[in-house]
Amino acid sequence: MTATLLHTDNWIQFDVHGLAEQFWNNTVDGLAQGGIYALIALGYTLVYGVLKLINFAHSEVFIVGAFATWLTYYALGFRAGTTPQLPVFELIGFLLVAGVVAMVASGAVAVLLERVAYKPLRDRNAPRLVFLITAIGASFAIQQTLKLIFGLNQQPQIRLVQPRAVFEIFGASVTNVYLILFVAAIVLWFVTDFFVNRTRLGRGIRAVAQDPDTATLMGVNKERVIIVTFLVGGLLAGAASLFYLMKIPQGAIYNGGFLLGIKAFTAAVLGGIGNLRGALVGGLLLGLVENYGQSLFGGEWKDIVAFVVLVVVLMFRPTGILGESLGKARV
Amino acid sequence: MSLRERWNALSRPAQWAVLLPVVALVYFLPVLDPPVIATTGTDFPTAMFDVARYALVAVGLNVVVGQAGLLDLGYVGFFAVGAYVTALFTSPSSSLHKLPFLWTLPLAMVVTMIFGVILGTPTLRLRGDYLAIVTLGFGEIIRLLADNVDPLRGQRGFERVGADNAGQPLFTHATQWYWLTVTIIIAVLLLVGNLERSRVGRAWVAIREDEDVAEIMGVPTYKFKIWAFVMGAAIGGLSGALYAGKLGFVNNQSFDVVTSMLFLAAVVLGGAGNKVGVLLGAAVVAYLPMRFVQIAKYNYLIFGLALIILMIFRPQGLLGARQHLLAYGRQAYQRLIGRGDQISGDSALAPEKTGGRS
Amino acid sequence: MTRREEDVPAEGGVVAEVARMTEEERERHEAEIAEVVAPDREIEVEIGQTLLEMRDVTLRFGGLTALDSVSFDLRRGEILGLIGPNGAGKTTCFNAMTGVYRPTSGRVLLAGRPLARLSRHRITQLGIARTFQNIRLFGEMTALENVVVGADARHRTSLLGALLRLPRHHREEREAVARAMALLEFVGIADRAADKAKNLPYGYQRRLEIARALATEPKLLCLDEPAAGFNPAEKEELMGLIRRIRSDGYTILLIEHDMRLVMGVTDRIVVLEFGRKIAEGRPAEISQDPAVIAAYLGVSDDDAA
Repeated sequence: MTATLLHTDNWIQFDVHGLAEQFWNNTVDGLAQGGIYALIALGYTLVYGVLKLINFAHSEVFIVGAFATWLTYYALGFRAGTTPQLPVFELIGFLLVAGVVAMVASGAVAVLLERVAYKPLRDRNAPRLVFLITAIGASFAIQQTLKLIFGLNQQPQIRLVQPRAVFEIFGASVTNVYLILFVAAIVLWFVTDFFVNRTRLGRGIRAVAQDPDTATLMGVNKERVIIVTFLVGGLLAGAASLFYLMKIPQGAIYNGGFLLGIKAFTAAVLGGIGNLRGALVGGLLLGLVENYGQSLFGGEWKDIVAFVVLVVVLMFRPTGILGESLGKARV
Repeated sequence: MSLRERWNALSRPAQWAVLLPVVALVYFLPVLDPPVIATTGTDFPTAMFDVARYALVAVGLNVVVGQAGLLDLGYVGFFAVGAYVTALFTSPSSSLHKLPFLWTLPLAMVVTMIFGVILGTPTLRLRGDYLAIVTLGFGEIIRLLADNVDPLRGQRGFERVGADNAGQPLFTHATQWYWLTVTIIIAVLLLVGNLERSRVGRAWVAIREDEDVAEIMGVPTYKFKIWAFVMGAAIGGLSGALYAGKLGFVNNQSFDVVTSMLFLAAVVLGGAGNKVGVLLGAAVVAYLPMRFVQIAKYNYLIFGLALIILMIFRPQGLLGARQHLLAYGRQAYQRLIGRGDQISGDSALAPEKTGGRS
Repeated sequence: MTRREEDVPAEGGVVAEVARMTEEERERHEAEIAEVVAPDREIEVEIGQTLLEMRDVTLRFGGLTALDSVSFDLRRGEILGLIGPNGAGKTTCFNAMTGVYRPTSGRVLLAGRPLARLSRHRITQLGIARTFQNIRLFGEMTALENVVVGADARHRTSLLGALLRLPRHHREEREAVARAMALLEFVGIADRAADKAKNLPYGYQRRLEIARALATEPKLLCLDEPAAGFNPAEKEELMGLIRRIRSDGYTILLIEHDMRLVMGVTDRIVVLEFGRKIAEGRPAEISQDPAVIAAYLGVSDDDAA
């Protein structure tokens, strides 16, 4: 019972029945994917909240993390093709190591990006467009450096965790990968939220986001705040890359960041740019909507869903679902 | 810059006397095929055509980004629409009624202008960053549509685009395509120049400088932003149509976001807001990778680094010179202060200087 | 008018000519200028009649009441001063009158016509022009171009007309440039016509804003603290300019902190405090009004400078 739209032959469908069938699968998968989006979105949202800058190169920061993860696996002796049977503690240990390496790598690149590319522009009071161009240039530079180091093709997938169904919800199987991902995303989000809302450094971030000049007058070290903001965004992106590699079937691709980055940015905008809760809500929501759209319209339209959502949100509610706000104190 | 001042000091006829040989040189370049400039690996006339079509795109994008200050990151979308219009109406692979290639040029412009209106009307109420992201989104949507909408034939694409009923393309030699494009560029430059020296061009610069104040000074900002967008779209579509005709083949592979970024870089590199500067920028962006093929691997890396460095040390781009916004400006300045326009050049992106306090 | 050391004074053109003119010739020249600058639109309202009316205008931002039932009228041909201590709501009132803010309740009427729900550029076309407290010129444009943008507000050339250089485009361009040139001379900054606005000295920038506003051929000119940052000599010059503008046929609304300037140049004054009108009348009356004195505690900030 597939209803087809007129004039469109078979290139787009409207498969309500398929959606109904796949609903819980899509939900589970969507939430997992959404977790990844949320973690990357946090990076965009933090930087935008503090600097009013769309850090286009954040997607490349993420990909650096992915490659770092891959390199760690490789260095630890794992290879593509076979999934080793490891006792749980060892497995967790290896994952942690890879995770930390990825986070450090991404964090370092993020801070480097800020110091080398953005800070000189801030010092010169450059207009918005200039920051955008630099971000694009940085994006290219990082991407191509990765390509040159790792070669033109994607790196094959090294899998440490064998996806295994853990339990079922309404017929949809939830694998261990999904579980780890989702739980980790929520936990990391809580940690970030705690950091921004309850620590001194976090207060500094919120102060600079609200009013940089007054914050400086009140003794907040603006440069330090900016570095920390980029660092936190990078750390989160690094963590996201670890989970991302766990989830995707193919391996690390040097230009795989762009599409993912745009989607994560969409998630940030959807939830409310500059709003931490918004990043989480937006990320999860986007993951769900994407998957539902895939079932509804056909697999090849999955990517378009994200863009259509982006355009629609920006046109009708640019402040997002939860509204812009990094500066507002949490109630 | 004394060069700029000396140029402005020349009378109009003198300026033309300098320009004409330069223009003649530009036309004859592919015929001369000079050794140092010639590209290895790519047929030189074809390389020149590529530079020319980039230049045309740069002029169009300059109207949107450089003059009106609207951040458009999805410009490749208009380019794609133009190319596909030509493909749809000239290729045997398409099921639509066939038209002679030259007719598809104005048709492509009209269709892209319609797209420009559709795209611009809801989005031009947004400011700055948001506009940039929405246009990026639209560019990607168009690409994805090209991928997935069957009548557009995805990767298979359209063949023998631009051929007439007998299967003959309009021009057989790349040089002829180059000449056609250069002529079109000159015509477009003249028309855009007319716009610059009118209330339209002034309104655009006012919007770019301070949109709120522009509106309070009586500029219907929304209307003019749409016009900028639509004009830019038309020029982009025109370039796409020419590209389709020359290449003879259109599919979904050449309209990605990287191309949008390259277009933007051409504008920024040359000097956003300076229609001659962006020609230079386009030449750099299109020509250098073809000339220095040995470093082709490092193209985008060099490119990315160059952008970063340029934005720090010379954000106004190579030429960064100022536009003239008055149709009778020269006479007016002459009348008021005894000499024509004598200010040095700074573009929209130049670093801020402190204003003079007496 | 001070100049930077490295400036080369204009040697030719009108500016130099005027410097060489006799007294008589100069007066004639100025009269010609004033002719060009004068508002030539049919203004339905006669001199002395109400041009702009604020009727019970209330403006609330969330919980804050910025304007509370403010009513007064502005008569054609007068110079009305709007004063009050900081935070009194002068700028808010100003913005309500020029259409930047929409009143929560009450109406603003220009020549009997309500201004509600009009876009800002429509309001300018209806005849209200303004300057800004913190100068907002188009920095990259020359002084002349800035003024021409103002004159463009009256133009009807379309995109096509400009593209093809149709006759109307040519005519409007010539008229705009002529008017702009006259305006630059009128406010006294013609010698720097070709300089970028951001490079002009502060005093020139302030006067350029006024010229630009006048270029839109307004019925009402609103000046928002035009004397901020001026020394006493410059303030005297400004007062002269304001009087000349009024003599030329314009109506002026003035927000100012400097009491001497306000008392010296205005015909009537409206005093606001905490968003309410507390007094209205001629300068002499206002300076004696106990409520006004209380509001200000007799302190005039700029006079000490």
